[in-house]
Amino acid sequence: MAKTDIKLTVNGQEAAGSVEPRTLLIHFLREQLGLTGSHIGCETSHCGACTVDLNGKSVKSCTVFAVQADGGEVLTVEGLAQGGELHPLQAAFAEDHGLQCGFCTPGMLVRAHRLLQENPDPSDAEVRVGISGNLCRCTGYQNIVKAIRNAAQAMREKEAAQ
Amino acid sequence: MSETKTETAAEREAALGGIGCDKRRKEDARFIRGQGNYIDDIKLPNMVFGDFVRSPYAHARIKSIDAEKAKAVPGVIAVLTAADLKPLNLHWMPTLAGDTQAVLADEKVHFQNQEVAFVIAEDRYAAADGIQLVDVDYEELPVLIDPKKALEDGAPILREDVKDKDEVGQGPRRHPNHIFNWQSGDKDATDKAFAGAQVTVKEEIFYQRVHPAPIETCGCVASMDAVSGRLTLYGTFQAPHVVRTIVSLIAGLPESKIRVISPDVGGGFGNKVGAYPGYVCAIVGSIVLGRPVKWIESRIDNISTTAFARDYHMTGELAADKDGKITGLRANVLADHGAFNTHAQPMKWPAGFFNIVTGSYDVPTAHVTVDGVYTNKAPGGVSYRCSFRVTEAAYLIERMLDVLAQKIGVDKAEIRLRNFIKPEQFPYNSCLGWEYDSGDYPAALKQAMKAVGYEDLRKEQAEKRARGELMGIGIATFTEIVGAGPSRNCDILGIKMFESCEIRVHPTGSATARLGTKSTGQGHETTYAQIIATEIGIPSDLITVEEGDTDTAPYGLGTYGSRTTPVGAAAAARAGRKIREKAKKIAAHMLEVSENDLEWDVDRFTVKGVPDLSATMKDIAMAAYSNLPEGLEHGLEVVDYYDPPNMTYPFGAYICVVDVNRHTGEISVRSFYALDDCGTRINPMIIEGQVHGGLTEAFGIAMGQEIVYDDMGNVLGASFLDYFMPTAVETPHWETDHTVTPSPHHPLGAKGVGESPNVGGVPAFSNAVVDAFAHLGVTHMPMPHAAWRVWQTCHELGIDK
Repeated sequence: MAKTDIKLTVNGQEAAGSVEPRTLLIHFLREQLGLTGSHIGCETSHCGACTVDLNGKSVKSCTVFAVQADGGEVLTVEGLAQGGELHPLQAAFAEDHGLQCGFCTPGMLVRAHRLLQENPDPSDAEVRVGISGNLCRCTGYQNIVKAIRNAAQAMREKEAAQ
Repeated sequence: MSETKTETAAEREAALGGIGCDKRRKEDARFIRGQGNYIDDIKLPNMVFGDFVRSPYAHARIKSIDAEKAKAVPGVIAVLTAADLKPLNLHWMPTLAGDTQAVLADEKVHFQNQEVAFVIAEDRYAAADGIQLVDVDYEELPVLIDPKKALEDGAPILREDVKDKDEVGQGPRRHPNHIFNWQSGDKDATDKAFAGAQVTVKEEIFYQRVHPAPIETCGCVASMDAVSGRLTLYGTFQAPHVVRTIVSLIAGLPESKIRVISPDVGGGFGNKVGAYPGYVCAIVGSIVLGRPVKWIESRIDNISTTAFARDYHMTGELAADKDGKITGLRANVLADHGAFNTHAQPMKWPAGFFNIVTGSYDVPTAHVTVDGVYTNKAPGGVSYRCSFRVTEAAYLIERMLDVLAQKIGVDKAEIRLRNFIKPEQFPYNSCLGWEYDSGDYPAALKQAMKAVGYEDLRKEQAEKRARGELMGIGIATFTEIVGAGPSRNCDILGIKMFESCEIRVHPTGSATARLGTKSTGQGHETTYAQIIATEIGIPSDLITVEEGDTDTAPYGLGTYGSRTTPVGAAAAARAGRKIREKAKKIAAHMLEVSENDLEWDVDRFTVKGVPDLSATMKDIAMAAYSNLPEGLEHGLEVVDYYDPPNMTYPFGAYICVVDVNRHTGEISVRSFYALDDCGTRINPMIIEGQVHGGLTEAFGIAMGQEIVYDDMGNVLGASFLDYFMPTAVETPHWETDHTVTPSPHHPLGAKGVGESPNVGGVPAFSNAVVDAFAHLGVTHMPMPHAAWRVWQTCHELGIDK
């Protein structure tokens, strides 16, 4: 099948590749760029394990074509930590036992990152709605909600201190 | 040598990060960075991708398969069919239940989405293209979906390959669609109890077909090295050593030439215990092509073909006196195992430990029968977050207690208190043959009732009923049986269900431990390190735990049936104690005293009466390699194989409160309180996490999950579009609590907890829903309690307007 060249920014770095028109963004990220943090758990956009940030919005990268990301900006879990320092969400997930098998975690973290951009101080209910596109089979969500709210607080405090 | 004691014993103990503390998880460091290494992350040089052509029919004869067009697709390398596997005798494979299972459909398909051909291509896109072009000519056959019809005269015969066999691995059978009949208990005594009973109740209770559906599906990468003749098989395996043995048996390779690696696994819940056709096809593909072959299941494949659970059509009966004291129990079960009997359970137990069905109650006599049948559905079944049919058993007895309570007009907590096995009866021998190790059921229920304000809830319920509103209170006081298991009655392929641990203490005072279990999210790298830290006095941060590589780990039977803590943790503790025994000899040599003069003190041996004279484990570790008494071997390492003397019996008391909208049938879970007693608690944070997750899976099962088939055998709802997966929005808030009743026979007193919330959660939800309608004469409502079904009940009762 004929291939198309694409160029995009992934986690702040230039990335390029040659893809079939049907190549899914998740496969491009995982198999061509070697960013295996984002996972595949279904084919129907329900589980959210493949969630990445595309141009400032959460998307399920298993139902986005790689060519749709051409020229765009993508953030994956690998881009959350900055300068060797964990993102407050990553730290909170570990501290509050917000993960078990870890398979949904990258998608959950990237989704939570966008959620907190949209709403820096969400209530429990708002967090639950905000992550309802991301399924977790292990944790029952309770500690994930707790972690996201604790991370939100840490981020607000950090912001206020600056 | 003797350090100054600058720290108190308590401080040193805290520094170990051992048993009982909320140690944060070691595995999280990689998972939160996206650096886990799951099966689909494995990429080997020259690797190709295989996927299946699957049957659109539930029952059909294969007249021909034409793969020529598929083979012409760019990127497609090979197409395997049963005809290709036949010369290798790999077109069928033995199951763990003594039956056989088609690897690729041989002349016939027996269920929808059954594997028919395996297309191997350069990448997954080319494989998908090839699959589209494999032309299979089918002749449809009559479909059998209802297990009740399976045993009728003249029913379509599904398994022509075994139709003349008297047995298919689990005892005599009476019909070509019959798999086994299993019985437990005393029929005559039970009949007598029923004949003389003041009260009897009977209920048909169906536990629907569901699926564990971990977020990561099943998959593998098979890599055959033609030069060395060594096969490396990476895969989503809950039991890597068992997989190695199975592969050896069916592929005829010596186990020394097989390395099975289970990398990070994205949840298992029973789905990843069995051996699936994808593994065999990937192995064959790699042997034939000389290239690594990857197979990754899609979600629809996952739900519709591998590892369903339950599908138990149960009839429960209780005999009791007029006060509700149970005098007898009967349970008859029709078990739908689908097209092949591929249940994954200890081999002597075709219905698992279903005869734990007397639950937490002192039942004097009981009789249980289970008949397994074939239908045109996906094969199974596995134990989904369950110790081998315990969930079905607990559901039945907990529902039946409520049915009995309603019949005689006694409160649903009171009926339990009247029937509980009393604390002083332990160890308790149940009438169906189990020896319960320890428990205090009344204390647990009373603590739960107090915590939720049970009396007030019942008052509120009465007031609401008077106003025509529906509110339900569900109680489940379940007992589990986990930790398979003792060698006298538990084996897989003849291999006893022990568990193993190897510990190596290194010269500079750190340690590596390897175990035969495999974490699929439970945090073994952390909890085993905690156990070993407490046993050998080396900080858990300095103990590296490895699992899932058969080249390095000692043989183990794997993680399922909540057996890691009861069996694996016991092996870890005992291995630690063996280390300590040798360390003591070394310490005596170092301190120039007799062993008898030493006492263990958190992380060191101290001379009795001379607290300043001690040898720390750190020092002893170095001495083990540098300064040994005569006659002692160098090194400080041991292996322990632990054969448990008995199962463990965790228990709990759960109370769920629901409000039901009688106009729409919608149920809102107002509160859920879960008290668990899993004996000694190794890491309370992880225990709570396990309970949260198990309750959420129970919520999914009770409230929405069911794999439904239509009359043609089409599986309806095998994607997340249709198969209910609770999101954070529906999932209730969980309140957890505990009591601690240690197991008397476990080295740590621990019992295991991972499955308890699923076992107890489902009946608690279901009992709450039915309780909302109890005053209207309703005794049972079939799961799942989705709004439309509940509405139907409201409608039939005329209360929906």
